[in-house]
Amino acid sequence: MLITTEVFVQPEINWFAISPFTILLAAGVFSLLIETFAPRAARRPLQLALVFGALLASFAAAALLLGTETLTAGDAVAIDGPGVLLQAVIALVALVGAAGLAENKVDPSGDAFAARASAIPGSSDERAFTAAGWYSTEIWTLFLFAAGGMQLFVVANDLLTMFIALEVMSLPLYLMAGMARRRRLLSQEAALKYFVLGAYSSAFFLFGAALVYGATGGINFNDIAQAIPGRPQTATLLMAGVVLIFVGMLFKIGSAPFHQWTPDVYQGAPTTLTAFMAAGVKLAAFGAMLRLAYSAFGALIWDWRPLLWAIAAITMFVGVLAALMQTDIKRMLAYSSVAHAGFLLVGLISGTNAGLVSVLFYLAAYAFTTLGVFLLLSLVRDANGEANNIDTWRGLASKSPLTAFTMTFLLLALAGFPLTSGFIAKFSVFAAAVQANQMPIVLLAILASAIAVVFYLRVVVLMYFRAAESTEVAVAIPSNFTVVALVVSAVITLILGVYPQPLLDLISQTPVFIR
Amino acid sequence: MGYTLAFEAISPIANTQVATGSFAYLWLLIALPLIGALVLLLGGSRTNSFGPLLAVLMPATSFGFAVYLWLQMLGLPKELRSQNLVLFEWINIGSFQVPFGFQLDPLSMSFVLLITGVGSLIHIYSLGYMDHDPGKRRFFGYLNLFVAAMLLLVLADNYLLLYVGWEGVGLASYLLIGYYQHKPSAAAAAKKAFVVNRVGDVGLSLAIMLMFVAFHTVTFAGISEKAEQGSATVLFLIGIFLLIGAAGKSAQVPLQSWLLDAMEGPTPVSALIHAATMVTAGVYLIVRSNSIYDLSVAAQNAVILVGAVTLLAGAAIGMAKDDIKKALAASTMSQIGYMVLAAGLGPIGYVYAIMHLLTHGFFKAGMFLGAGSVMHAMNDEVDMRKYGALRGIMMITFGTFFVGYLAILGVPPFAGFYSKDLIIEAAFDRSIIAGVATLLGAGITAFYMSRLILMTFFSNKRWEDDAHPHESGLTMTIPMVVLAIGSVSSGFLLTYNDALKSWLAPVTGYQTPEPPIAIPVLIAITLATVLLGVLVAVKLYLKEAARVAPTDVSIFTKAARKDLYGDAINEAVFMRGGQQVVNATTAVDNSVVEGSVNFIGRITLGLSSLVRATQTGYTRNYALAMLIGVALLLLLAAIVRL
Repeated sequence: MLITTEVFVQPEINWFAISPFTILLAAGVFSLLIETFAPRAARRPLQLALVFGALLASFAAAALLLGTETLTAGDAVAIDGPGVLLQAVIALVALVGAAGLAENKVDPSGDAFAARASAIPGSSDERAFTAAGWYSTEIWTLFLFAAGGMQLFVVANDLLTMFIALEVMSLPLYLMAGMARRRRLLSQEAALKYFVLGAYSSAFFLFGAALVYGATGGINFNDIAQAIPGRPQTATLLMAGVVLIFVGMLFKIGSAPFHQWTPDVYQGAPTTLTAFMAAGVKLAAFGAMLRLAYSAFGALIWDWRPLLWAIAAITMFVGVLAALMQTDIKRMLAYSSVAHAGFLLVGLISGTNAGLVSVLFYLAAYAFTTLGVFLLLSLVRDANGEANNIDTWRGLASKSPLTAFTMTFLLLALAGFPLTSGFIAKFSVFAAAVQANQMPIVLLAILASAIAVVFYLRVVVLMYFRAAESTEVAVAIPSNFTVVALVVSAVITLILGVYPQPLLDLISQTPVFIR
Repeated sequence: MGYTLAFEAISPIANTQVATGSFAYLWLLIALPLIGALVLLLGGSRTNSFGPLLAVLMPATSFGFAVYLWLQMLGLPKELRSQNLVLFEWINIGSFQVPFGFQLDPLSMSFVLLITGVGSLIHIYSLGYMDHDPGKRRFFGYLNLFVAAMLLLVLADNYLLLYVGWEGVGLASYLLIGYYQHKPSAAAAAKKAFVVNRVGDVGLSLAIMLMFVAFHTVTFAGISEKAEQGSATVLFLIGIFLLIGAAGKSAQVPLQSWLLDAMEGPTPVSALIHAATMVTAGVYLIVRSNSIYDLSVAAQNAVILVGAVTLLAGAAIGMAKDDIKKALAASTMSQIGYMVLAAGLGPIGYVYAIMHLLTHGFFKAGMFLGAGSVMHAMNDEVDMRKYGALRGIMMITFGTFFVGYLAILGVPPFAGFYSKDLIIEAAFDRSIIAGVATLLGAGITAFYMSRLILMTFFSNKRWEDDAHPHESGLTMTIPMVVLAIGSVSSGFLLTYNDALKSWLAPVTGYQTPEPPIAIPVLIAITLATVLLGVLVAVKLYLKEAARVAPTDVSIFTKAARKDLYGDAINEAVFMRGGQQVVNATTAVDNSVVEGSVNFIGRITLGLSSLVRATQTGYTRNYALAMLIGVALLLLLAAIVRL
């Protein structure tokens, strides 16, 4: 803690080292000012300029910081290889995600968000606001805070900073999830569920943090790691704290049995937000989880590995089995993301450098593929908005060959077919686990992957080998925002599948957490 | 006769030079026609205007360069003539290493000259023949592609790269047979050629795999070095697999059925691909694999058997065909049978196989071009029963065709006399049966070729009413004349002073045949047989031929008209048999495989609905599930710590 006895020592702050997320958080504050002072018509262009400018600056800062290793802000923040890399990837994911959120051509009424979040669903107010063509430009403020929170999350070096980052990331997302323009009630229900369960999981995290503090006398990861070998008498307390902290993280990454919010929220939230959320939260939470497991609790690997082993196995199978039965494509992808959390945990429990490298690669690969899939989903529509029922995708290939082809490619990437990033990602994760003598879990993971192929290919089969039943489902022509976002996602998925070595090399250069 | 009678045996020289000087550019031979093909096929209709000319220029330039390289090579001592050029490491996986390399030695040089030389002539001829065809750019593109692939086939320094060329010529052949896409018969013929060739290709790929397993290399040099270490079984199997590959590409029994149908392609294609070059790739393969066959007499015997059966089957079919191109195709089959048989004779026969291949390249291509010229004049009529008495009208076509005819009959001093006669002598050296087969084949050849030429150029007019035959233009007649000159002179030139023998022997090895019958006697017997065949044909067809094919014919004629039931056999044995296998597999699949899959599927779906049932939608239930999860994790943690 900063306050020790009576003297408050102002911590040294390396502003450059913390610039990636500071830029985003400062931009968030500035964005709030735009909301307050700019005229309505100017807000959207100003906000977009601010968001893209800030994200580019943040990405540039993170890119410049690659290779830097330093502790700053009173050791609350650890700038190191994996952290900076994840910050850069988060900035890129946020850029693509922001492009998706900026889409306003697909829906005739405007973007994917309610004209006014305060308007009651179905009320005359809401209709009037929609008719006036208003936009909820506040989402950009929320978006910047969420992205900044994600970036802080992956470099937080003590339990309190980590918790604050967690909330800075989560609270805006809870809000945005409830702001869908269409199907408002579903959206609001999802937001409330997400918020309540999120708060519940945060409580576990906080309680765990308290127990760990009690057991080790510190909240800084270095203090915790140093104290672990020396205090056998508080080991039970410590382990209970570790379990509860992990529960908070497992909730965020969507692993069973803490995953049940995922399908409901993924389905209810505006699809373009789901895209960003599915990619960004997974990145940030897994980054933080890696830091906890490797940096703070690295000495306890023999204790936490069996727990996460069991969680990984349950998560993979719950994900793929539940996805099999889904008729809503968003829910199916939500369960697929649960399954992917399981595969990522397989890499994490290897506990080696190879495991760390493979999980980081997997995260980057998965994030862009997921973005692409959800953004594509938002384009397939009928008169009531998005057509998310799987049956409505029948025969899509004959109507929109390009959409169907891109979707197929991305789904194959999620399934882990060669020549896509998904294959390299899965392969490296499984290889790392095998190296770490985790053969049984790899066999389970391969079995789960095999089951997963069924539901991914089901969509492909529907698109290509079934005749279209309804004529009203069509692919909307998006604006350049979404087109660019989709192209970037698909190209990265392809490049990481065909030529993954540069990224793997980059990750391998500094695959160590500092504390 | 040009060859020495004294016994002589030459062993192959295993020595390759790293290509330097102009030889370092030998990849240009392939690159030029490949560029032509790419420009024409990818350039689209923009290249319509200059495309065909470019397509002619590319192989012609290759030919010029090939001649230059040939002269260079002639200047080198015998043991330094094998040039090896590795462009890059193609495959490098553990112990499996294959270079992307070319080998230019006297054997491949002979083929390069044949392919680019005859190829250029046929490109020129096509300018005239395809003049009115709206899609000729595509045609020339495919033709260039073929030349490039065929050059790759003969220039590769390893079996895997050869296989690439092998598939390339197969593709080009498929595209060109089916060139008249609007004709269902052409499409079907293309498909048939493709499918039958796949069977052969499987043989070749098995041979390559077996070579790698047995010798850990697939380069020609590596194989010839290590072949002696192979067991008799391995060598025999490689030999048989190579033979299957050769049979597919060279239309040898039992994979012969596609060649007659392949005549659906434009006539220049029949001349270049299905007479002079591609179909001889099988002969090249066998001769190139001499290090394998020299060590396995059993494999050699299989080759001889296939060659003998094919040469007789082709001749038999040739007797019954009224379609001029199919008659020529049957003759091609038969003549390649001679080459394969010769190649199966080992060092005695390799040189003669290649010699016959070269002379055949001239006279058969020439005759195909002649046939094309006749068809061109007769409104694309192919039925010889609708021809007759054309010699006065098409003087040049008749003259060049007649030269080709004399050459294939083996009348001295035309080209076929030298090459075919040597094969017959070599065959008698090996066994009386092989010898008699070649002799018999020569007689039948004389009959059906005489029948063909009599029905076309002599006897009575049987033209359709709207036929107004005329001589073809210069672009068509000049190549025919050039090929006719080759048909006259090539045999003499190749044997003069043992030219081809001393040229090829360092690669293939050589041994003088010693037939049990004195050679002059044998020549006399052969010529007598040929004369008999001619006389029978003259008696039957000189005056008059029926305008409609007679139906009350012997069972043998019926069989020959149906290609000796080649298709029926294929259908009964392979197609029906294949269908039965498929049915049986399907039955097993339905009951056993699908049953167990369904069982697994049901279990999975059951589990799936169980998982789904937990997803109630109620936040309180989710929270409870989380709490239970936390409790279980804590319990597990406690257990782990114990």
